Amino acid sequence: MRKIRQIARKEFRHILRDPRSLIIAILMPVMMTFLYGYAINLDIKNIKLAIKDFDNTSVSRELAGKFYNSGYFIRAEAEPDISDPEDIFRKGEAVAVLVIRNGFGKIMDALKYNPQMALDSDSPFQVGLFLDGADANTAAAAASYSSIIVTEFMKRALPPDFEFPGVRIASQVLYNPDLKSSHFFVPGLIAIILMMISALLTSITIAREKETGTMEQLLTSPVTPRQIIIGKVIPYVFVALLDGVLVLAFGVFHFGVPFSGSVAALFLFGVIYIVAALSIGILISTLVSTQQLAMMGALLATVLPSVMLSGFIFDLKNMPVALQALSHIVPARYFIAIIRGIMLKGADIGTLWLDAGALLCISLILLGLAAKRFKMRIG
Amino acid sequence: MPNAVAIENLTRKFRDFTAVDSISLTVPQGEIFGFLGANGAGKTTAIRMLCGLLLPTSGKGDVNGFDIYKQNDEIKKTIGYMSQKFSLYGDLTAYENLWFYGSVYRMNKSLLKERIAELSDYLGLERFIRERTGPLPLGWRQRLALAAALLHRPKILFLDEPTGGVDPVFRRKFWELLYQLADDGTTLFVTTHYMDEAEYCRRISIMHRGKIIVMGPPAQLVKEYNKPDLQELFIDLIKERDNHAEN
Repeated sequence: MRKIRQIARKEFRHILRDPRSLIIAILMPVMMTFLYGYAINLDIKNIKLAIKDFDNTSVSRELAGKFYNSGYFIRAEAEPDISDPEDIFRKGEAVAVLVIRNGFGKIMDALKYNPQMALDSDSPFQVGLFLDGADANTAAAAASYSSIIVTEFMKRALPPDFEFPGVRIASQVLYNPDLKSSHFFVPGLIAIILMMISALLTSITIAREKETGTMEQLLTSPVTPRQIIIGKVIPYVFVALLDGVLVLAFGVFHFGVPFSGSVAALFLFGVIYIVAALSIGILISTLVSTQQLAMMGALLATVLPSVMLSGFIFDLKNMPVALQALSHIVPARYFIAIIRGIMLKGADIGTLWLDAGALLCISLILLGLAAKRFKMRIG
Repeated sequence: MPNAVAIENLTRKFRDFTAVDSISLTVPQGEIFGFLGANGAGKTTAIRMLCGLLLPTSGKGDVNGFDIYKQNDEIKKTIGYMSQKFSLYGDLTAYENLWFYGSVYRMNKSLLKERIAELSDYLGLERFIRERTGPLPLGWRQRLALAAALLHRPKILFLDEPTGGVDPVFRRKFWELLYQLADDGTTLFVTTHYMDEAEYCRRISIMHRGKIIVMGPPAQLVKEYNKPDLQELFIDLIKERDNHAEN
C-alpha cells in the first residue's frame, strides 16, 4: 500500500509540475465544451430567405413579417430574380426563396366567406417556396417551418369553427422539449472528454518514463506491475473526475442542460467508464516507447471511435451493419447511452442494466489486458 | 565466501542478433569487477539480465544466490542499479527522488530520513537537495543517482558507465567513494570506457561482440599479453578480433 501511495504521490507531482499535462487536463475539456456548445450547433436557425412579393398588399406583407419574425428565417439582402431562382442560391445570397403570387391578399380576404377554397389544391392561394437542397437538413427544416407558418397564417384567416378534414398529427417532444443540440451534445461530450483525457494522460505518463529512462530504474526496484499501474492510475481517476464535474457543471449551469436522474448512479458508471479509458491508455503505452507516439495512438484509439461509433453525433441504427457491430466494443457507446438516459430521461438501473452490464464487462476486460500486457522487463 | 554474481553460458538473442553470447563469470562478494568492452559489445544487455530487466534466452545465472529466472523479486531487494543515463525524475527535487526510492524499498521513515542525511553528507548533496534535478549539472545528477542506488544498502551495485561525461576531478572522487563501498563489503560491477578507471578494478573482463575474450586482474593481463598498458591491450585485442572476423 505504501508503495502505491508513493507512486500516486509522485504522479500527482508530475501532473502539477508539468504545464503540458495541466493544459491537457484542464484547458482542453473547457475548450471542447465551448466548441461543441457553441460552434457545432445542430439547431437550424437564421435561414437566409428572400421573398418575392408580387401581391404587395398588407396581407402579403403580414405573411412576410411572420416569416422574418419566426426566429428561423433572416432577410436575404439580394432581390431574387424569379426567372432564374437558382441564381441567388449559386451566389450563396439565400438558401430559400418564397414567392407570393399576385392576388394573394384578395384570396385571403375571400377565405373568410368561402372557407372551402382552402381545401382546393388548384386554388391561387398557394405560395411558392424554392429551396437550396445542397444542405439537405437546412432545406428540410426550412420546408417544415414554412409549412407551419403558412398553415397558421391561413387558419387565422378562416372562421374559427372551420375544421381541416383528415388526420392531424399532434406531436409533443419529450426529454428535450426545446430540441436544443446542447442537450444532446453535452452528455456525449462528457463521455468523449473522459475517454480522451484518461487514455491520453496515462499513455503519456508511462511512455515518458520509458523515454527518459526512469522506467528502467523503477523496474530494478522491488515494485510489482500491479503497484505501478494502480499507483499511476489513481491520480488520473481524480483528474478525469474533476474534468467530468467541470464539463457537467458547465453544461448544466451554462447551457441549461437538465439533470433529471441520480448523481450517484452517474458517478458510479463514470468511474467504471474511466477505468476502461485508463486501461486503453496503459495498453497503448505498452505498444509505444515515445510520448509523441503515445499521444497520437491515444487520440486515434479514443477520439475517432468515441465520436463516430458511439451515437455521439451519428445515429448507430443508420450505419452499415459492420460498423454497427464494431461499435459494440467502443466503451463510449454504452456510457453515452447511460449518461443521456440519466441526465435527460432520469433513467435508473432498471432501464440501463444492459448498457451498464456491457460497460462493466468491457472495463474489466480492458483492465485485465492492460495488467497482463504491462511488462516488468524491457525489450 | 559466496559469490555475488555467478553466471554460466548466459545468452541473449534479439531475433537474429546475439547480443550476449554464452558468457560465464563469477564475482566474489566485495570485489570491484570491471566489465569492459567497446560500444555495442553487449555489456548493457548483460547487466540488464542480471538486474532482472531482461530475460536471458538461455544459460544460468545467480545474483546474491538468487536465480535470475525465478527469484527476480528477491534479487531486486538486494541490488542497486545506476544506468549510464540519468534516470531519476527531473521534475522532482533531489530529496523527493530519494524519498520516493527509499519508500519503494520499504525503508521506515525515520531510518530513511537518517540515511538520506548520511548519504547527502557523504556525497556532498546538501547544496542542491531541495532543487529539482532536471537542470542540475551532470556530475551532481550522477552523485544523486549513486545516492538513490545506495539508499537501501544493496549488497551489489551495478554501475553502467557511471562516470560518462563527467570531469576528471569528479571521476577521481567518484572512485574514492566506490573504494570505500567495497571496503564496507559491497560488490561493485562496473562498466567503463576509461582505462584508468579499469585499473582501479580488482579484476576485469573485456567483451567483444557478445563474448568475453579475456578476464583477470588488470596488471596480470598487461603482463601476460606483453603490452605497455591496459589501453594498448584493449585496443590491440579488439583490433585483432575485428581483423580476424573480416578475413
